[in-house]
Amino acid sequence: MQRYLLRRVLQSILAMLAISVIAFGLSHLSGSPVDAMLPMDAGPEEAARLTKLWGLDKPVYEQYFIFLGNALQGNLGDSIKWQGQTAMGLVLERLPATLQLGGFAILVSTIIAIPIGVLAAVYKDTPFDAFGKIIALLGQAMPNFWLGIVLIWIFAVTLQWLPTSGRGGLSHMILPAIAMGWFQVAALMRLTRSAMLEVLDSEYVKLARIKGVPEWRVVWVHALRNAAIIPLTYFGLIAGSIFTGSVVIETVFAWPGTGLLAIDAIRGRDFPVVQAVVLTFAGVFILVNLLVDTLYAYLDPRIRYK
Amino acid sequence: MMAQEAPIIEVRELETRIDTKMGPIKAVDGVSFSVRPGQTLGIVGESGSGKSITALSLLRLVPKPAAKITSGSIILDGEEILTASEARMREIRGGKISMILQDPQTSLNPVFTIGSQVIEAIATHVKASPLELLERAIEALKRVRVADPKRRVEDYPHQMSGGMKQRVVGAIALGSNPKVLIADEPTTALDVTIQAQYLKLLKDIQTETGLAIIFITHDFGVVARMCDQVAVMYAGRVVEQGPVRQIFSDPAHPYTKALLNSVPSVEEDVKRLYSIRGQPPAFWDMPAGCRFEPRCDKAMPKCKTEYPPIYESPDGDHHCASCWELESTEWTQSRY
Amino acid sequence: MTDISPRTSEHTFGQKMFDLSRSLRSLPIVPIFILVFLLILPAVTADLIAPHDPIRGRIPDRLAPPVFFGGSWEYPLGTDRLGRDVLSRIMHGAKVSLSVSIVGIIFGGVLGTVLGLVAGYFRGWADAIIMRLVDITMALPSILLALVLAVSVGPSFQTVIIVVTFVLWALYARQVRGEVLSIRERDFVARARVSGASHLRIIFRHILPNAANTIIVLATLQVGSVILLEAGLSFLGVGIPKPTPAWGLMVADGRQLIVSAWWIAFFPGLAITLTVLALNLLGDWMRDKLDPKMKDL
Repeated sequence: MQRYLLRRVLQSILAMLAISVIAFGLSHLSGSPVDAMLPMDAGPEEAARLTKLWGLDKPVYEQYFIFLGNALQGNLGDSIKWQGQTAMGLVLERLPATLQLGGFAILVSTIIAIPIGVLAAVYKDTPFDAFGKIIALLGQAMPNFWLGIVLIWIFAVTLQWLPTSGRGGLSHMILPAIAMGWFQVAALMRLTRSAMLEVLDSEYVKLARIKGVPEWRVVWVHALRNAAIIPLTYFGLIAGSIFTGSVVIETVFAWPGTGLLAIDAIRGRDFPVVQAVVLTFAGVFILVNLLVDTLYAYLDPRIRYK
Repeated sequence: MMAQEAPIIEVRELETRIDTKMGPIKAVDGVSFSVRPGQTLGIVGESGSGKSITALSLLRLVPKPAAKITSGSIILDGEEILTASEARMREIRGGKISMILQDPQTSLNPVFTIGSQVIEAIATHVKASPLELLERAIEALKRVRVADPKRRVEDYPHQMSGGMKQRVVGAIALGSNPKVLIADEPTTALDVTIQAQYLKLLKDIQTETGLAIIFITHDFGVVARMCDQVAVMYAGRVVEQGPVRQIFSDPAHPYTKALLNSVPSVEEDVKRLYSIRGQPPAFWDMPAGCRFEPRCDKAMPKCKTEYPPIYESPDGDHHCASCWELESTEWTQSRY
Repeated sequence: MTDISPRTSEHTFGQKMFDLSRSLRSLPIVPIFILVFLLILPAVTADLIAPHDPIRGRIPDRLAPPVFFGGSWEYPLGTDRLGRDVLSRIMHGAKVSLSVSIVGIIFGGVLGTVLGLVAGYFRGWADAIIMRLVDITMALPSILLALVLAVSVGPSFQTVIIVVTFVLWALYARQVRGEVLSIRERDFVARARVSGASHLRIIFRHILPNAANTIIVLATLQVGSVILLEAGLSFLGVGIPKPTPAWGLMVADGRQLIVSAWWIAFFPGLAITLTVLALNLLGDWMRDKLDPKMKDL
């Protein structure tokens, strides 16, 4: 168990390093990184200051280590668009809003998807199963930005049940969470269903029935505890697509999180902020995956005792 | 032999159908047998002969919704279970009748400790405090000779050997002292030495408790060790049944003879492995007459068209068989 | 009671293609029909059958509603702010979606397959490096890469292809590697090795044809998600640049007008949904037919 976790932690650090290389490399993609990191109207002394700070007159590998050293201290430079603010500061300021919406979306989609998936497996080939399949097919085919716009059109503008955009109470989160989570519901549901079907067919479920265990316990305890391991391994991926989704959904619902920040930064060609967002997202994503693997090891004793 | 004691389980004309892509099939077709307390019935047949579905039918656990018990009667300890409510069935399962599955590697739930799995089997049928349940679980493990059960209750299945797991499965099955135990090829997945130990364990427990065992196997060697009675199944039907000695010394049905001939003989250097020519019939393409006719050396024209009735041996030992060959012998038609 | 014989025999590429064509012949008619009708036909023939110019509109006809909502047959799905016919733009948009996904899947598929073959066949350090790269790629949210690329080099068709390739290769590499690991243990590979066949020959003659099903199924399953990815990028303004009629761009265009002129955003989104739905159904069906092992994908 400890060795397994240690290995995962080391892998995570390695992945983070690799991503820092990519983020670093991207600043050189457009030609001079000085141009990428400076406002249009900046003078030569500004450029000289930046060149010195990032060691841009030194060899590339040295530049990378300077970048890495600065990044480790949370210093990714100053924002171009938002004068007087650091790139990292802007991201951290907006991060809670993204985590709140993303967390809510994951929570809601899990609460909806797991029971539907379980019941679709138990009532395989019945109308309920077909209903679940339709939900899943639609969820995997609808673009989330379009779903968001249609939801606003129907529930916020026409029916006026919920607010159109912005951050506020729970009511502000409902529409964006649905738009963000529907795809995850579909994916989670399908995974749960297929995992449950396999487990329900297993010998240990048969043995549980032979013991006289009530059917609800067979399904929700014996089978689900095993079946849950499989969707859980995809949870890291789901967390990732929630982040990806946040860029789109926050744009549609004007939710003041990091996703919206990223888009604004791009429109303002604010390279340091974009870099900060990329590194933060990747970091949170890797951290979530690490947590998921730990939880996975806990749920599956075969790994826990290795 | 306690021949006078009433059977603890009595199965009459059991019929179980399965819906397949090729149409509905009768996986179990008019099977009848009974077992007395302390006795062991062996159900022998090739894979696909319907023996496992027969076993699951006894627990009313045939795979839903494809399979369904369509007619017949199963009297367990004086109670008809085919008409019992589902709630009553749950009391019966693991209570009066229980089962050991074939593969110990897959029959224990990998995410629960073996202690909790044994406890669950007992707690489903007995109201008791958690401490009492734990004690009874340890007791049950001790009975199947799991060494150091107090420590092993904390273990997960993957920490145990196959033979040990199968003992735990035994403890689960025997946890609330059932009267009938179905053992579905419980030793095929085990090493030969472990097999012998396990069979002896089951025998010992049977002697202690007067348990009736229904032993499902394709191995006549195991039958010889374990069983008092034998029923030979072929394509969903019992083709021959009777006391184990009679079946071995004087098999009446050509299929039984062929099966016995295919048992490898240890004494001879060269294995005499008579394989029976051809394949068992597909269930959706059943011959109109005797099901063994296409593979039978002694088939007569009549065999092709009419299913043979059951004939009983004149020796009065309840040795029965379904074969037209017996029509012209001293065997008499029976309604078994 | 059903007889499932294990897949142990060697399949040559020719046989594979034969199997594929035979399976395709029994394709259910409905998804194929939807597919051809919704995607391929309008995409290929957009220049011929689209009733209006997708880029230059008629300003006097701007914001005309669809035919059953007070409009006319002149613009069956209405017009946008610049008086462009929504239907014509959707037809031309199909061309964009289709070409992005085909080109992207070819690039990502080839790259991922080659790396997966190398990793699975040679094992060792090549495997270790490639698989770490796969992990890293999967840890980097794809849209962010697109965002950065859009800032560095500007949004374009090429940018979208790079992003799609980047997202897909890791998936292919992982799947193909897994497949190769099991294929290389089979008898016919050992036989080929004993008979002195070169690595290249073993890979291309023996392993690749046997992994072909996985690759084809993965490609079919991915078309839909690639279309969604491209639409998302275009919607954010970091994908296909204006004024090309891409579906995502059209939804973005109509977003502010959803209350007064809902059709501008609604119909392109519906086109995406139905197309992806049809493609996913086709992908599922292909997987069931060709590679039942991949049930969970």
